Amino acid sequence: MSEALAKQPDQEACIIDEIDRALIQATQTGLPLSPHPYHTLATALDIDADEVMRRMQRMLESGIIRRIGAVPNHYALGYKGNGMSVWNVADENITELGKRIGALDYVSHCYQRPRHLPDWPYNLFAMVHGHDRAEVADKVAAIARLLGSDDRGHEILFSSRILKKTGLRLGS
Amino acid sequence: MLDTLDRAIINELQGGFPICESPYAVVAEQLGTSEGELISRLQRLLDEKILSRFGPMYHAERLGGGLTLAAMAIPDEQFDAVADQVNAFPEVAHNYAREHELNMWFVLATETPQRIDEVIREIEATTGFNVINMPKEEEFFIGLRFEA
Repeated sequence: MSEALAKQPDQEACIIDEIDRALIQATQTGLPLSPHPYHTLATALDIDADEVMRRMQRMLESGIIRRIGAVPNHYALGYKGNGMSVWNVADENITELGKRIGALDYVSHCYQRPRHLPDWPYNLFAMVHGHDRAEVADKVAAIARLLGSDDRGHEILFSSRILKKTGLRLGS
Repeated sequence: MLDTLDRAIINELQGGFPICESPYAVVAEQLGTSEGELISRLQRLLDEKILSRFGPMYHAERLGGGLTLAAMAIPDEQFDAVADQVNAFPEVAHNYAREHELNMWFVLATETPQRIDEVIREIEATTGFNVINMPKEEEFFIGLRFEA
C-alpha cells in the first residue's frame, strides 16, 4: 500500500478514480451472489478480475470500505428493543466518556453530535440494542451508573418503525 | 425460522468476507457447508429481509461525500405522508420513527458535503417542517455484532 493510501483522519476523503467509482456503483446494493463475484463484477465493468480484487483490497485497507459482509436486520433477529440513548455530558470529558461507552458490548454506534439548545441538550449518542425495551432500559441504567456525575441528563428514544433502510447510494 | 446454519452464516459474515477467486467456497468450507448452499441461503436471507444487505460497506466521508443524522417533529396525522416525502429523497439512506417529540430520524448521505445543507433545505421546503441537523463531530465506535 502506498503512503498516500495510509489510514486517514475520518473526515478526509481518499482519492478514487473512475474505475473505483464504477466498482462502488456496481456493489453498493450488494456483492453478486455468484461463485466468483469479483469476476462477475469484472465482466460487468469490462476490466480484469485481478484488478477488481486489487482495487477492493486497496479500498478496504484505506478505509473507503469499512468491511465486506452482511448487515442483519436486527428486528428480524429478535432484537426488538432498539434505543437511541442520548446524553448531556461535559464537552471537556466527552472524548474519554465516549470511548468508554463505545467500548460496551451492547452499544453499536457512539457519536458526539452538536447540541441544539434549549430544546436539545444532548451531545453524546449511543445506540443500545436488546431483545426488548426492558433490556435496553437496564443497559441504559448501567451506562448512567458508569457515567455517575458526568450524566447531566439523558433520554432513550425507542424506534417504533423502520421507515427506510437502503444504505449509502452514489448517484451516477 | 432460522436454523443452525443460517445463524452461523449470519454470525460469520458480520466479521468480513474474503477477496479472492472463490470467496463463497472459502467461507462455505469454514462453515462446513457447500458453496451452492451458502449462496442459496444468502439469497433467501436477503429475500426474507433477515439481512438488510450483503456486500461492501462504504465510508461516505472517505469517498468525499457528506453524511449526517437529522431529526424532525411531525404531527401524528401527517406522519406517514411526510415519511413518504422524506423517503423519496435518494439521499435519505435510513429513516426511523422514534418515540419522542422529535419523532422522525434519518441519515442523509450525499455526493458532496455541501449537498447536505441543500437537501435539508429541499426537505424543509417539500414538507413544510424544520429539519434539525446533527452531524457527527466525533465517532467513538462502530461495530456491534448481532448474535443470530
